Amino acid sequence: MAHSHTIGGTVHRFDNLRTLLAKASPARSGDELAGLAASYAEERVAARMALADLPLRAFQHEPLIPYETDEVTRLIVDTQDHAAFAPISHLTVGEFRDWLLTPEASGAILASLAPGLMPEMAAAVSKLMRLQDLITVAAKIRVVTRFRTTVGLPGTLATRLQPNHPTDDPAGIAASIIDGLALESGDAVIGINPASDSVESCMSLLRLIDGLRTRYQIPVQSCVLAHVTTQLEAIRRGAPVDLVFQSIAGTQAANASFGVNLALLDEAWQAARELRRGEIGDNILYFETGQGSALSANAHHGVDQQTCEARAYAVARRYRPMLVNTVVGFIGPEYLYDGKQIIRAGLEDHFCGKLLGLPMGCDVCYTNHAEADQDDMDALLTLLGTAGVNYIMGVPGADDVMLNYQSTSFHDALCLRSHLGLRAAPEFEAWLAQTRGELPGALGFLTA
Amino acid sequence: MKSLREFTMARVGLGRAGNSIPLREMLAFQLAHARARDAVHFPLNPAEFGGFSPRSVMLHSAARNRAEYLRRPDLGRRLDEASKEQLHPLRGDFDAAFVIADGLSALAVHRNAPDLLRSVTARLPGWRLAPLTIVEQGRVAVGDEIGELLGASVVVVLIGERPGLSSPDSLGVYLTWNPKIGRTDAERNCISNIRPEGLSMGAAAELLLFLMSEARARRLSGVGLKAELPATALPSGS
Repeated sequence: MAHSHTIGGTVHRFDNLRTLLAKASPARSGDELAGLAASYAEERVAARMALADLPLRAFQHEPLIPYETDEVTRLIVDTQDHAAFAPISHLTVGEFRDWLLTPEASGAILASLAPGLMPEMAAAVSKLMRLQDLITVAAKIRVVTRFRTTVGLPGTLATRLQPNHPTDDPAGIAASIIDGLALESGDAVIGINPASDSVESCMSLLRLIDGLRTRYQIPVQSCVLAHVTTQLEAIRRGAPVDLVFQSIAGTQAANASFGVNLALLDEAWQAARELRRGEIGDNILYFETGQGSALSANAHHGVDQQTCEARAYAVARRYRPMLVNTVVGFIGPEYLYDGKQIIRAGLEDHFCGKLLGLPMGCDVCYTNHAEADQDDMDALLTLLGTAGVNYIMGVPGADDVMLNYQSTSFHDALCLRSHLGLRAAPEFEAWLAQTRGELPGALGFLTA
Repeated sequence: MKSLREFTMARVGLGRAGNSIPLREMLAFQLAHARARDAVHFPLNPAEFGGFSPRSVMLHSAARNRAEYLRRPDLGRRLDEASKEQLHPLRGDFDAAFVIADGLSALAVHRNAPDLLRSVTARLPGWRLAPLTIVEQGRVAVGDEIGELLGASVVVVLIGERPGLSSPDSLGVYLTWNPKIGRTDAERNCISNIRPEGLSMGAAAELLLFLMSEARARRLSGVGLKAELPATALPSGS
């Protein structure tokens, strides 16, 4: 269906909903690369005006990617909770934005609304919001998950301790874990990106973390972020698998490029639940996402990158995950060019994820060919803290020596907690109070 | 906690200034980032690659400058019109074509490509080598178009990799059998992290020579070739 908006006698026409959403998007290099972005500034605002007048119901009538050919579309359409959607079903996208900002749209009301929202509705309304709006609404929503720690409680900020090493050297990884725990990091997960995707390597790293955890009675969960099929095989071979990880995207074809589909994720969820390793809860999956992944796999179907990203959250929410984070600046400047674009994308992703009911964290990060530096990361980190982000990354000195990009340091998390009066997850905080995060003799134990 | 640093090159045991990173460590990080940034914007100097037989040709991708190169990877994968015209008269029947491209670090190319190229080309007796081409603002896939225009059976692209904070000068090598526009990454073999602190020049040369002879013997590259590499030929720790 075509959409149009008239400003002072000039008619701006948008051929379909995909085009309307893309042209209403804030400027970013990935949409320009895809040839989807607004051609000039006024066209962008005209698209936003047309989008503001669009009924939310339009998204039910016009799937952006065909139902017949895309299983993510089918998931979105088939699982939408119409009763949950009913209270806002009469609103336009613009009216929805204004309503979200009112006190009536409380955290409890928004939580009850989440299953009724299609991800495209969340993406659409975010395009009509400034950073301030994205923060105001997201800060009202708490999504709390549990495994061995409780993540997402009001007044808390957790971290993923990310102790990567270029050759998966156990002592090198252990040194980063010891350093991170002493700096109060790791309450979301101790999660290693392995250099090798082999089952043996995955299993030995899982045993490494589990050995530390049990010896020092640390309330944490572990994860080795290998491909989901590698983790499934590790489960079959009896490895101590806590959280199961996978990168996901918002279209069937993009997920295929990651080597996954919904049936495989269902299988992984089932296998992980049967292990029953969660001590205080059974949120068990861990997903990473990021704007631009669909386009980089040439699997975006003419949909803008932020809307594709929101569709990935529909995949995630099917599994009641423990953790979801956008790896916002990892993909490079052809998708998010500079600090300004990375900051906006991070806050959009956090907002859309929270609105859809996900326990959103963020890897606040950049690569060396993007126009960004630590000052930009400080800005995004602080904004996300005020927006109530569930967790951020803790990387030694913010420098990931395996993945070759810059994220946030253990120190950054300490600073953010201090500025905003936030605390660690309660179980982890209690352990810190007893031990100050120290692991006596740990390195000797590991290198023996 | 200083002893933690003996176990990893990660930035552990930094100490604290309040909750923050001490100045000395903050400046060390900024220096590493500055070097990586400089590497991304370092201009390629063709004079560094003189003296290769039979001759060398300067080319340019369709990306006009670094800013466009960073935003438009598609343009970095294709030659500009003038470069295509330069190649037409050079077309021949070649066993291999070597291509040097700046990629994301011309610094890596300057530091590592000439030695690697010398070492490898000296050990290819009987191979008919195309003129060396040097591409500004080039990505890996630009080699497909060059190899196709030159009429080469295999193209080997030496290119600067995305700089890491501790590795501004890392060189990558990509080998593609029967190069044509539209080849995918699955049809290539890659040797990564070539630099003094990473994969050594000697090991990289051995591996590249092995891949080139295998590709020629089996008339393919990519996943099918990689699967049967003997373990001894694989670079350690890369």
